[in-house]
Amino acid sequence: MALQTDIRYLTPMAVDKTRKKYCRFKKSGIKYIDYKDPEFLKKFLNEQGRLLPRRITGTSLKFQRKVAQAVKRARHLALLPYLTDLMK
Amino acid sequence: MNNYETVFILTPVLSETQMKETVDKFTALLKEEGGEIVNEEYWGLRKLAYPINKKTTGFYILLEFQAKPETIAKLEVNIRRDERVIRFLTFRQDKHAYEYSIKRRNLKAAKEAGQEA
Repeated sequence: MALQTDIRYLTPMAVDKTRKKYCRFKKSGIKYIDYKDPEFLKKFLNEQGRLLPRRITGTSLKFQRKVAQAVKRARHLALLPYLTDLMK
Repeated sequence: MNNYETVFILTPVLSETQMKETVDKFTALLKEEGGEIVNEEYWGLRKLAYPINKKTTGFYILLEFQAKPETIAKLEVNIRRDERVIRFLTFRQDKHAYEYSIKRRNLKAAKEAGQEA
C-alpha cells in the first residue's frame, strides 16, 4: 500500500497531449484534389485501401468529401484498389 | 462550352497503330461536334490495381477537351460501343479543376523541356 504513494515522478508524465489537428487542404490552400495521381491519395487510405476517417486525418468535412469522391473515381479507373492487403 | 477531361483504358493487346486509331476516332468525333481538344496525354501501359475482365494491365489515355454538353452523350455512346475501351471516366472540370489542369500541363511541359535541355 505504502509503495504506491512513494512513486512520484520528477516531471509530470507526458500523457499524449492531443496536438491540434488541422485540415492540410485549408492550411496549404489546395482547392482541387486530383483523382489522377494515386500517390497523393494513398495518404488518405489505410493498408487495406480503405478511406481513413476524419478524426485521424483531421481534414475538414468539405475536403473529406472531395477526397472520398476522388478516391472513388481513382478506384473506378483502377488507379487505386478497392481492397488489398499491405498496400503501403 | 464546358471543359471536360476523359480518361480511358484500352486493352493492352492492341498494337500501337490501333491505339492511335481509336484515339483519333474519338478526337475526330469531338472536332466534328464543334468541340476543341485541349490536351492529349498517353500514360502508356500501366498495371491495373485489380484485373478488369481478366486483364491486369491497360493502356491509359487522358483527353482534355472543351465541348457542348450534348456531345458528351454522343461521345459516351461511341466509347461504349467500341470494345477496345475497357473502362472510361468523363469528368467535367469546375473552375478549380480547370486551373489545376493548366498548372499541371505547364508543370509537365516545363519538366519535359527540362529533360530535353
